[in-house]
Order: sequence, then C-alpha cells, then structure tokens
Amino acid sequence: MNFHLTKDRETKAHEMIARYPKKRAAMLMVLWLVQEQEGWISEAAMGYVANLLEVTAADVYDVVSFYTMYNRKPIGKHHIQICNNCCCRLRGADWLVNYVKQKLGVNVGESTPDGKFHLSTVECLASCGTAPMMQINNDYYENLTAEKVDGILEKL
Amino acid sequence: MTLVITKNFAGPNMARLDVAMKHGAYVTLEKILAMKPEAVVDEVKRSGLRGRGGAGFSTGMKWGFVPKDTTKPIYLVVNADESEPGTFKDRAILEKDPHLMIEGIIIASYAIKAHTCYIYFRGEFYRQWELMERCLAEARKVGIIGNNIKGSGYNLNIIAHRGAGAYICGEETALLSSLEGYRGWPRIKPPFPAVEGLFGCPTIVNNVETLAVCPFIIREGAAAYAKLGTEKSPGTKLFSVCGHVNRPGVYEVPLGYPFAKLLSEECGGTIEERKLKALIVGGSSVPVVTGEEALGLRLDYESCAGCGTMLGSGGVIVIDETACAVQVLADLARFYAHESCGQCTPCREGTGWSKKVLDRLEAGLGSSEDLNLLLAIADNMQGKTICPLADALAMPIRSWIKKFRTEFEDHVRLKGCPFPS
Repeated sequence: MNFHLTKDRETKAHEMIARYPKKRAAMLMVLWLVQEQEGWISEAAMGYVANLLEVTAADVYDVVSFYTMYNRKPIGKHHIQICNNCCCRLRGADWLVNYVKQKLGVNVGESTPDGKFHLSTVECLASCGTAPMMQINNDYYENLTAEKVDGILEKL
Repeated sequence: MTLVITKNFAGPNMARLDVAMKHGAYVTLEKILAMKPEAVVDEVKRSGLRGRGGAGFSTGMKWGFVPKDTTKPIYLVVNADESEPGTFKDRAILEKDPHLMIEGIIIASYAIKAHTCYIYFRGEFYRQWELMERCLAEARKVGIIGNNIKGSGYNLNIIAHRGAGAYICGEETALLSSLEGYRGWPRIKPPFPAVEGLFGCPTIVNNVETLAVCPFIIREGAAAYAKLGTEKSPGTKLFSVCGHVNRPGVYEVPLGYPFAKLLSEECGGTIEERKLKALIVGGSSVPVVTGEEALGLRLDYESCAGCGTMLGSGGVIVIDETACAVQVLADLARFYAHESCGQCTPCREGTGWSKKVLDRLEAGLGSSEDLNLLLAIADNMQGKTICPLADALAMPIRSWIKKFRTEFEDHVRLKGCPFPS
C-alpha cells in the first residue's frame, strides 16, 4: 500500500523539518499532518514518515504506539474524549460518560455504526475548573449539561 | 493587590499584538537589549522568583547553570505540557495573554544567550498552539522576534511544537526526548539539561507561568517583585482551584495567602457549605492534607512543607465530605498507572498494582492486608526510578492512608463503599 501526504501537507512537512537541527525532531509534527489528513496513522503512512525523516519504520512505530493521541486504526469522524480523572469525577464526569454512552448507543472505546462518532474517556485535559467537560477533535466543551451536550452533538 | 500575571486577563483580544502593546506588552525589550545578559540573570536571581512548574527552584540560579564557555548552541524550552490533575493555570496564560509569555521568552532567551526557543504544548492544546502560531507570526512580522531584534544584533527564533498525549512529557528530560522525536522517556540526571539537554546542548526548561512573571521583574525591578509574597516565597502565584467549590477558576494571589481566605473569598466557599474533608494543594502528586489542616494552611512553599505537603504547581483540589477517600485515591492511581512511561520496573508495575488493589478495596473485595500491601508498594516505588512519577503516586498513597485510615478499613469491614455512588 502506498501512502502520500497531499502536496500542501508535504510542503508543510518540509517546513516543519526545517525548524529543527535534526530531521527526526519533526516526527511528532509530521505525524500530526498524517493524522489530520487520514484520521489515523497506518503502517504505510509510518513507512512514508520513516523515509521522509530518514529513520526506520520501527522508529516511527515506536513513537506512534507511545503517544495516546495517535490512532493506529480508523475511528469515528468526531472523536469525543470525556475526562474522567479525579477532578472531573468530583464534578459529575460519571454522569456525562453515561449520558453520552446512552445518547450515542455505544460503549467507551467504540464508534457509532455510521462512523460519525467515537467515544473515549481520557485522563486530565487541564480543564478541571470547568468540569464536566469533553474534547471533540480539536475543541474543548466545558461546564456541560444535558442540554448543552444535546446542542453540541446535533450541530456536528 | 498587585497582579503580576493576570492584570490584563479580562481585556478582550489580548492575543492581538496591537491590543497587547496598548496594554504595555514588550516595553521591556529595549531595556534588556541594552543590558548585559548576565545582568538580566542577576536581576531575576535577586527577585527570588522560584520555578512555577512545581519544583520551586530559583529561576535565576537555574539560568546561571548554563556553562559559560560552551561553544554549542544554547536552547530555551518552554514547558507548556500542563497535564497534572488539578492544574490549569498555564492554559489561562496561553489563552488570555499569550504575548506576556512571549515577552518572558525573549527575556529568558537573551539572559541565557539562546537564539532558538521551542515551546512544547501538550497535544490536546491544539487551539492554544494555533493561537500561539498566530501570535508568533505577528511578532515576527514587526521584528519583535527574529533576526536583529530592534536593531540590537540579537537573533531569536521561537518555534511552537505539539506533543501527542503523554503526561510524562511534563517531566523536563522526557519532554526533551519527545521534542527530539522519541518516545517521552525521562533521562538520568546528571547530566542536567542546563549542561547537556536538547540535542546534547545546554538547555534551560522553564514553565509558562515562570516566564510570564519575567516582564514584571524587568519592568518594575527585582525589589518590587520581592516585596510581594513572603520573604522566602516572594511574588504572587497562580492557583487553579477545582473540585467542590462554588467558583472554581484561576486566581492570582501573593504567596503566603491563607488557603481559608482563597476558599471563602475567591472561590465562594464549598458547594452547599459542605464540610471540607481534604485538600490537595499543589496538583495530584502532592500529599493530601485534612480539611482542618487545610484551613490553617498558608499558600507558600515553606508553610506547605511545614504541613507535610508541597505547593507544587498550585493545582488546588478541594474535596468535601461527600467524596470517598478510597475512590479519590483509586482515581489518582489509575491516572499514574495510565501515564507511567514503562521505562522503570518499580513504576510500571507499582502504579498498576496500586490501581488494582485500590479498585478491589473500593469494590469491597479488599482485605485488611491490602493497606500494608499498598504502603509496601509505595516504599518499593519511591526513589527507585529515573523520574519522580512513581513518587507522585507513592506520596498520595501514604498520606491518604495515614489521614483517612478508618475509611479504608471501613471498605474492608463493610465489604463495600459506604458512600452513595
């Protein structure tokens, strides 16, 4: 299987690489470009990144498998991440997890059959004062109520 | 009350360069560029500023550790990997006054003679990273950063970098490994980063809040800063308050401020005026104190140490009588088990075992031996690993069991959690 970044993203990748004295240092930023394009990072993509940064595919896999935000398989389009660390649990995270589970009809770690949503629980997003909260893709949604959650999910 | 960091937080559009400059951003540049770098280090040393990431080490002294005779490039790295449960103060700076931090970066970089600075954002801070990219582009355009800043001959390149979800990267050597494109594994010290850090070169790693304080010190002078707070803990500090309070949020108060006052005045007291049961004052890693101890506590490094805990990052978690001690500790154990990088066996195994034992205690399946087992695991983790992540669970385990022992024993005796779920 072949993998390529789009022309624009490839240009961006080269800009990223130029920001560091060693190519490998651009690893995380280039992997972000891959995930932004595909939604996940395949082994073919890892091979592409390895070539680009002049490291082995194993070096790339080592990094991808270490960091929790890189997806090694395709997931739903909107990735809902609910914080259920201790601070959020003190302010209603359990309620939020159950509410979203029921609303979407999925368990934590699953995607909806239409591939629209994927639900995860995560550990501390530095949003403890505005709990309960969730992150969907790049955005934070805070001080959540049932009404707010309904409105947010409907708009996606 | 003098506000060093949050003075302009309420202003709209502070991320716009023209607005920030109207509020006094970058006025210190001409002053420092006319100073010798060593004089900038001395000024910060004299202010008594202590690192706000959690360790509380003298910032000026740290800057002074860069070898004088080095022929290698020197780096400044900003730790914006804020991930410690209870801590959300750096995020406030990044969102509400990003130019304040950039100004601090220029001051610090000039002082340590660095020409490149990397800002390491936690991966989840996408919007904050994006905002910083815009701020940096604007500052570059008008020559506040880049080559020959304000005709001084001083060059500084600032690069915003994103992590990808790993609490351990907040530990400075793990952060450097991650920044070099490796898994975020901490490194053995020495060599300390100031001597051999990023790409093997002298590197100073500073926290976001620490840097945001520097413009005030340069503008108003070290003495003006040292006048705030207490003698040994000078200055103000951001406290991010969460948990069972009416007004959670980020508050700037002088060090030495009574916790009881922060709770009642800034935070509007506990929810429904319920009884304060416990306080985690400096982020999830520090030992817990009881409600009674908390009400007599002053928020500075020495008072916290005197109470058997640490000021840490200033992540204040307020816990009232409705919370179960075993549940809170089990949640903390799950966090550390999840975030252990796996490099050192005592931490990799110890955090996981602690989580399992605490989960079974909470579920009512524990035995009276489990408390001793937890304390033994804590002893076998603390001080036996490369970085302090294991200590960061060992300390809560010891303190929660010491201060709330009967509650743990009740779970064994009643074969279940006495608190409504």
